[in-house]
Amino acid sequence: MKAMDKQIVAFCCEHSAYPAADLAGKLRLRYPENVLVIRIPCAGRVDVIHILKALEKGAAAVLVMGCEDGACHHITGNTRAKERVKYSNMLLKEIDLDGRRVEMFNLSPNSPHKFVRAVNEIANVVNRPGR
Amino acid sequence: MIVAERKPMEEIKRLIAPYKKILVAGCGTCVTVCWAGGEKEVGLLASQIKLARSAEGKDVAIVEATVERQCENEMVAEIKDKVAGVDAVLSLACGAGVQTMAEMFEEKPILPGVNTTFIGRPQKEGVWVEMCGACGDCFLDRTGGVCPVVRCAKGLLNGPCGGTRRGGKCEIDPDKDCAWVLVYRRLEKQGRLDIMRQYYAPKNYRAVKRPGKVQAAKA
Amino acid sequence: MAKPFREVLKSKKFVVTAEVGPIKGSNVSKITEHIELLKDKVDAINVTDNQSSVMRYPSLGVCLLIKEHAGEPIFQVTCRDRNRLAIQADLLFAYSRGVNNVLCLTGDSIDVGDHKEAKQVFDLDSVQLIHLVHTLNSGKDMAGNELDGGTDFCIGASATPSADPLEPQLVKVEKKLKAGVSFIQTQAVYELDDLKRFVDYVRKIDGKVKILAGIVPVIGAKMAAYMNENVPGIFIPQQIIDELSQAPKGTGVAKGIEIAARMIRQIKDERICDGVHIMFIGREEKVPEILKSAGLM
Repeated sequence: MKAMDKQIVAFCCEHSAYPAADLAGKLRLRYPENVLVIRIPCAGRVDVIHILKALEKGAAAVLVMGCEDGACHHITGNTRAKERVKYSNMLLKEIDLDGRRVEMFNLSPNSPHKFVRAVNEIANVVNRPGR
Repeated sequence: MIVAERKPMEEIKRLIAPYKKILVAGCGTCVTVCWAGGEKEVGLLASQIKLARSAEGKDVAIVEATVERQCENEMVAEIKDKVAGVDAVLSLACGAGVQTMAEMFEEKPILPGVNTTFIGRPQKEGVWVEMCGACGDCFLDRTGGVCPVVRCAKGLLNGPCGGTRRGGKCEIDPDKDCAWVLVYRRLEKQGRLDIMRQYYAPKNYRAVKRPGKVQAAKA
Repeated sequence: MAKPFREVLKSKKFVVTAEVGPIKGSNVSKITEHIELLKDKVDAINVTDNQSSVMRYPSLGVCLLIKEHAGEPIFQVTCRDRNRLAIQADLLFAYSRGVNNVLCLTGDSIDVGDHKEAKQVFDLDSVQLIHLVHTLNSGKDMAGNELDGGTDFCIGASATPSADPLEPQLVKVEKKLKAGVSFIQTQAVYELDDLKRFVDYVRKIDGKVKILAGIVPVIGAKMAAYMNENVPGIFIPQQIIDELSQAPKGTGVAKGIEIAARMIRQIKDERICDGVHIMFIGREEKVPEILKSAGLM
């Protein structure tokens, strides 16, 4: 049994998605149980290999969540993250895997509903029968 | 530098299909610079192979290794233990690297994971262009530093041909400049157009007798 | 029996040549018809060499057919498919069978043809080819060996008067003239000003070479646009495209012939150059009509 089996791994930037996830928890908003939140200093910290490794470890999907456009605490972190997610989609497509399993979301720290929506959206994609 | 391009995934899958334990071997020099086969690319490709095999319900054990220059026996020798433990090696080095591995480890199938394409340089980030044809008889002094052997689609010495497209683009590729128009403009800038007016006799295509060999005077 | 082309060039006659394109296959019946149709109406007939890099019956083969039918052939040789040995050998053979005129060309790239994975040779270019023929004419081969039986070819070259940029092309034309050619057949011209400028340039370097303007009838506005985009060295001005688009449907070919004939008349009347070279590949049977409309028959 792989370490992240069937998990939705969410790389959450500590300036945006992590507080949003935290708030969603405090407000007891409902979202799937199998979400693994990983706190990172910036979405730009995630490299393509991290995304692939998460999938190797059995993750059902990978979310990279960072600040809204123009609001990145580290200026260009979220832009880089976007490009890397796109590249990951392409690498998955090359080996006939569903590119939709990896997604980028931008949100602000006080948007717990947005966090929940993102997680639910990708859960729908991967929980469908097939892959 | 040598520029290479990773082979299409379909072809790589076909090459490694018979094997269960594979070493993906990168090179830290040319293929690292052109994003084809360096340590980073080795890691990503290894991951892709694992994910692909897993999705097919098949097993695979991947080992990763990157040496500084895969065309040097001493450097390749450093990974001999890793090579010993696998059924085959997928080398992401250029042809020289693949063949060095093949000579060092004669009983192991060494599979090429990239297509070595040309000697070139970066034009802009992520884009490399061919510059040199390794013809063994360099005459760049007479062409204002533009090599017609590879940059002219027909390799002409008394160019341009009659097919130059409007604006000085190449007959076969409108995105490429006609090399001889580049030569003209360069020599014009240098006030040396008289050189272009000289007749260039047919080239010695046997300046490098293939397979080429060079012995340095010191040896 | 046709007059040797070399003699026609020496005369004051307005020179007329035409082109035939070999078929893909060994069936020479159609091209034989074209030869019969044209041989007495023009001063010489060019035969293309794997034109547009499409594999066809060889130029030399058709040249021999022309000789058999008492016509005067011009052997077009490109550098794309053969190396210097093969070219020299072919030229010796050609000469031994009475083919005395050769047009020295570089050749289209392999990519525009139908065998796109073939190796391009280009051991030589057109200028080097001209020098090569002179060498054979002097009784030696390229390696300096004496020949037991040399050649005496009348040598021609091509040029692109409407090239853009023009200056690099002219540098090459100068090299061809300095190498020594008896005639130039240009790529298709549609702008007579370009042609005049080209002739002036050539005359400054060589007062004797005969210049034949390339005439390729365009039979529709779409074809014109296509040629501008895809055919190397061709530039058809908007004026002609407009004239073609205004022609009623179904009259494209007639209109193209009319425009071509008009251009030929003007070239002849104003003596812009020494003659014309008509290229109507695929419609060789229409060439007599062009000649008639232009007053050349």
